[in-house]
Amino acid sequence: MQLDIQHIIYLLASVTFILGLKMLSNAKTAKNGNLLAAGGMVAAIITAIVFHEGEVSPLVYGLIFGAIAVGTIVGWLTAKRVQMTKMPELVSLFNGMGGACAALIGLVEFHHNVGDSMSMTVILAGMVIGSVSFSGSMIAWAKLNGKIKNAIRLPKYNILNTLILIGLFAYGAWIVWTGTGSELHLYALFAAALGYGILFVLPIGGADMPVVISLLNSFTGLAAAFGGFLYGNQVMLTGGILVGSAGTLLTLVMCKAMNRPLFNVIFGAFGGGTEAAGESGPQGNVREVGPSDLAVQLNYSKKVIIVPGYGLAVAQAQHVIKELETILEERGVEVTYAIHPVAGRMPGHMNVLLAESNVEYDKLKEMEDINPEFAQTDVVLVVGANDVVNPAAKTDPSSPIYGMPILDVENAKACIVNKRSMKPGYAGIENELFFRDKTQMLFGDAKKVLTELVTELKALD
Amino acid sequence: MIFIVILMIFVGVEVIGKVPAVLHTPLMSGANAIHGVVVVGAILLMLNTEVDNYLALGLGTVAVFLGTLNVVGGFVVTDRMLEMFKKKK
Repeated sequence: MQLDIQHIIYLLASVTFILGLKMLSNAKTAKNGNLLAAGGMVAAIITAIVFHEGEVSPLVYGLIFGAIAVGTIVGWLTAKRVQMTKMPELVSLFNGMGGACAALIGLVEFHHNVGDSMSMTVILAGMVIGSVSFSGSMIAWAKLNGKIKNAIRLPKYNILNTLILIGLFAYGAWIVWTGTGSELHLYALFAAALGYGILFVLPIGGADMPVVISLLNSFTGLAAAFGGFLYGNQVMLTGGILVGSAGTLLTLVMCKAMNRPLFNVIFGAFGGGTEAAGESGPQGNVREVGPSDLAVQLNYSKKVIIVPGYGLAVAQAQHVIKELETILEERGVEVTYAIHPVAGRMPGHMNVLLAESNVEYDKLKEMEDINPEFAQTDVVLVVGANDVVNPAAKTDPSSPIYGMPILDVENAKACIVNKRSMKPGYAGIENELFFRDKTQMLFGDAKKVLTELVTELKALD
Repeated sequence: MIFIVILMIFVGVEVIGKVPAVLHTPLMSGANAIHGVVVVGAILLMLNTEVDNYLALGLGTVAVFLGTLNVVGGFVVTDRMLEMFKKKK
């Protein structure tokens, strides 16, 4: 009877995960969906402890509750305190923790299952995937944090990585095949998996990190599912597979929004060929504009669209931009935001950032909705975005970003681009938009120049 | 088991099907919290470990700690993100 109750609770928990994910994909129900899934998780954890059969020493209970208590406090505080711009790296960090958890389970359980090749396969698979997810997430975290600046590429890293991957498979298969219980081999495999995770993420550029995190996210899901196999635990299995498949799909959706096949992200197709294309990019005169002139221009506009990008997130200018919006609205200027699907450091990240500074949800327009409106717009203010407004994506088939959907800012009557310098964006190509007659450049750190702009606007009264 | 796996793969794909780009980050974060279910495995591991196996107990405790971090941190961060969408509706 006890077992039945346990299974029913696990079933219900699995249902909350599915419903939770479903509700998370709709803005209105998302918050409740998250809480629902969290509730299911708590139920699953309590069930696992309460319905365990057999003698368990108080020491073990003490350790479990202690670890849960400390984990809860640390996790809660970290999550509450982190700045919203730092969120992507935090997600990566938590993902790594989950991966490490799966890896540790594998390390410990290995000894209990020597000789049983089915269990050994499951354990080693879970451990290897968990380790790769852990070390990969740590590198992704360091990259987003700015601790590791550039993509580090060993010579022939693609071939090297593929070889290591094959090696991992072969080694794991060999351990299962021989049924060796040797700790040496176990730890060697563990170390190799960690190493692979590092080498896998290192060569990938910072702008592709969201995709990588999403991919590693689904890896950890898979590792959890292997754990479910091992213990014959349904909730781990369903939760893990669910995240594994949903995460993989989400990864592909993100890639599609950036028009970058997953293969290119992993194997870095932005290599040598594109550099040449960058050098032969359009040249010409760049018109510069200062905050005071721009203030006048904005003051007499009717309709302004702001295009926020990565630069805005880096400069933490989201509050200043809200201030700018408020002032302009007071002067009767219509202000909306055009959000490219991959604006910011993660898809949807820009929305969260702007929501943090109280920009209304209705003012954030998605690309398809806003593109027809540019033609009736007086001034477009591009803040720290580059590739997402590069007309080459539509006109130049040789461009590496050709085919990527972009915001049609060039249709507006005037276009102001705020950047720190003329440096190309992450695609490494020149943007001919900057050289057009309608375009004016506003150089400087987004937060600094926007603050100046707001001051100038206030002085205009 | 295999039955569940295949079913779940399709459920996962169906559920994510049409999600607006705006919600990618919270969704990823939410999914991230859900795979924290691996902590259940860590707990089961602890419950099945003999008291005198200190290495296993130690590693298991760390595993439970890390898993909890994943679960709690994941859900709280997701909640914070979504809180911001709600504020001014």
